[in-house]
Amino acid sequence: MRLKLVPTETKIDFFLRSKLTIGLSVVLIVASVVAFFAMGLNYGIDFRGGSVIRTATPAPVEVSLYRQVLSGLELGDFSVTEVVDPGADLTDTNRNSTMIRIEQTSDNPETQNDLIAEVKSALDSEIDGISYLQTDSVGAKVSGELVQAGVIAVVLAVFAVLFYIWLRFEWQFSLGAVAALVHDVILTIGVFAVLQIEFNLSIIAAILTIVGYSLNDTVVVFDRVRENLRRYKARPLMEVLNLSINETLARTMMTSVTTLLALVALYVLGGDVIRGFTFAMIWGVIVGTYSSIFIASPILLRLGVKRDWDKDNGAAGTQYADIDA
Amino acid sequence: MLHFPMWKQTLIWLICLAGLAFALPNGFYTTVEQHNDAIAALETGVAETPEIAAARDAWPEFLPSGIVNLGLDLRGGAHVLVEVNVKDVYQDRLDAMWPAVRDVLREQKELIGSVRRQDSGENELRVRIGNAEAMRDALIAVNTLTRPVVSLTGAGARDFEVIVSGDEIVMTLSEAERIATDDRTMLQSLEIIRRRVDEAGTREPTIQRQGADRILIQVPGIGSAEELLTLIGRTAKLTFNEVVRQVASPDEAPGLGNIIVPSVDEGEGYYVLKRAAVVGGDQLTDAQTDFDSNGNPAVSFRFNPTGARLFGAHTSANVGQLFAIVLDDEVISAPRIQTAILGGSGIITGRFSIEESTQLAILLRAGALPAGIKVLERRTIGPELGADSIAAGKFAAVVAFAGVLVFMILSYGVFGVFANVALMFNIVLLFALLSVIGATLTLPGIAGIVLTLGMAVDANVLIFERIREELRRAKGPARSIEIGYEKATSAIIDANVTTLIAAAILFMMGSGPVKGFAVTLGLGIITSVFTAIWVTRLMVVIWLKTRKPKSIVV
Repeated sequence: MRLKLVPTETKIDFFLRSKLTIGLSVVLIVASVVAFFAMGLNYGIDFRGGSVIRTATPAPVEVSLYRQVLSGLELGDFSVTEVVDPGADLTDTNRNSTMIRIEQTSDNPETQNDLIAEVKSALDSEIDGISYLQTDSVGAKVSGELVQAGVIAVVLAVFAVLFYIWLRFEWQFSLGAVAALVHDVILTIGVFAVLQIEFNLSIIAAILTIVGYSLNDTVVVFDRVRENLRRYKARPLMEVLNLSINETLARTMMTSVTTLLALVALYVLGGDVIRGFTFAMIWGVIVGTYSSIFIASPILLRLGVKRDWDKDNGAAGTQYADIDA
Repeated sequence: MLHFPMWKQTLIWLICLAGLAFALPNGFYTTVEQHNDAIAALETGVAETPEIAAARDAWPEFLPSGIVNLGLDLRGGAHVLVEVNVKDVYQDRLDAMWPAVRDVLREQKELIGSVRRQDSGENELRVRIGNAEAMRDALIAVNTLTRPVVSLTGAGARDFEVIVSGDEIVMTLSEAERIATDDRTMLQSLEIIRRRVDEAGTREPTIQRQGADRILIQVPGIGSAEELLTLIGRTAKLTFNEVVRQVASPDEAPGLGNIIVPSVDEGEGYYVLKRAAVVGGDQLTDAQTDFDSNGNPAVSFRFNPTGARLFGAHTSANVGQLFAIVLDDEVISAPRIQTAILGGSGIITGRFSIEESTQLAILLRAGALPAGIKVLERRTIGPELGADSIAAGKFAAVVAFAGVLVFMILSYGVFGVFANVALMFNIVLLFALLSVIGATLTLPGIAGIVLTLGMAVDANVLIFERIREELRRAKGPARSIEIGYEKATSAIIDANVTTLIAAAILFMMGSGPVKGFAVTLGLGIITSVFTAIWVTRLMVVIWLKTRKPKSIVV
């Protein structure tokens, strides 16, 4: 007896409701863009400059006590949040942690540093046994550059894979795949805007991994499309696409589920430091799987594909297929 | 495909065995780390103590001893990004030219007339000559002091640009020389920061140049970024200057060639000093913590022969005068010269604590930074947070691993077992690679490994699903497996190359922890393709040969 996520042979028509699915994606993309501009991202200090202090105390301390101590100082804007991490009890790493964020008040890093020293000495005298797990301070100059580097990295990655797929397949495939991953990236940024989860450097890493994963999925479907286009030369493109998606559906689901399994374990147990990162990844795997079926393929269908693969050079798409023991 | 040459099988097993051997030290992390530390200590000439010998012998010599470095976020420590004010050096360069310019012009005194340095704007040297008519000769004379700059861009450029403005000669650094100077300043700064950090004796510091004028310093195990900055943040420029007079306010005109410098002790006001130092800290050969005659902490120092000669000449000519010891534009102390100091050694007294004197000695030994630095980013990670992250990451990885194993067996039966063995080898190989290249494992790196777990099975899933399809087309077991592997390969390669591209870009663009993630992700892709395609295939082939099943269920 085998565990099967999808029945052995499926004949789902993935284009039956393509207007609905494309429409849904368009709505979500618009919503993401609106959320991005209307609500903005909750940038971490990597991108905004400022300081973060993470404290630990032997016994739980009310956030209001922190606020009270800190409002006595001239800090400008600051925020205090308790680190809530139910998973930490399971791994025995609960430390009654609190995060204090202090906005950048001046361009001079020394001023910022004096502030941190002031905060620490005030907390030391008011809260017994307090210790500091982490203190970060990033100047505005660097944070601006980090934003730039992050955006460049994502754009570069998109173009690099656009080129690679164009090389290995055809330009239509390339556009379909890139549309799918732009879709994923926008929706990921959108969910961060809506939920106001902190957006920091590691989220950029997550987005780039999503780009990789989403492509991985799309490429597997496309690889099958390429193969089936050669096999069924006379069948309409839509049928071939449907057949290919159905044939790879079991694999798509299996891989998504195993990856999600690993990510959920990390999300629950991996500690709050990387929770934002794993959240982005989980979201990315879900939308990435969706988009490789419901975005990449419809676009391929719309653009049409050259059918006479074997004529010009059969080697273009099959050069790796012959690798064998 | 059933035909699997012996050498290939052997090679695959050898790679797996090598992976096990090289990954093994990570299983005994603390022991191996102490073993490596002990060996490093012995190599630097530390006397062998029973503790060191015990640590060394705790791990057998014949086993590999490379371990994965733990990143700052896992070990705790400090991370500081600083910008070097490379422009600081320009004026020093020009000031240093003044004596030479003066001497070369005075050689033609009858023709050129008097030579006087003028107050000037930033980064230039202005010299007025008495006889403006002889400007041409003066210019030629000054130009003999300039040298060609060897650079890629400014072919034929010279280090200084000399122009005429009325009866003044204006010297500035040329563009090519500025670039060359900047580069030198950066290299010097890097070297000096490295020496200072090494002097403090911390483990595996990372000191890297970033971009044109930045230096990234990461020191694991240090208490805080502030501690690190007190070590590297000070220019520690030490000079011995002649004291002209003492003044009460910083606003008084110091007079040409002089500067006003505050005293460290606030009560003592300001000193007017000769700008040109008698001797500089660069002439020191040694500096040690010491105590003065009253038992207060002090720093004793020793000059090199040149420094000793200059210092001796000055002190013998100026007995009874004050001279100032200036550190980073502050007068630490200004003792009166009692007798000529000819031995080339001396002692700096001031109001030091023991820590301060120890640190000053380190700074003086390591040398002065050529330019000031500005802190752009500072991060401190406590060791507890790192330990928490490791604990949480390990636990999550184990749970994720177990989940994937169970899921694979439920889905693919005996083939799932093959995939799981391959998955274990995948993790082993990944750790072996990370250890061998001495990569740094960060928290996102652990996430990368966990993610690799999930994605590594993808290649096997692709193959197994393909085999299922072929079996449905009523092909025999061997034939189905053969086609399964063959047909899945192009999808596996394409899918993984695209992810590898993303990992490579992350590695190039990313910094710190993100880079660590890119490394584990990239290496994880390589090892997972290897284990999924070759290791499982080997197991499947052996299984087919020994069992010879009439039919199989995947």
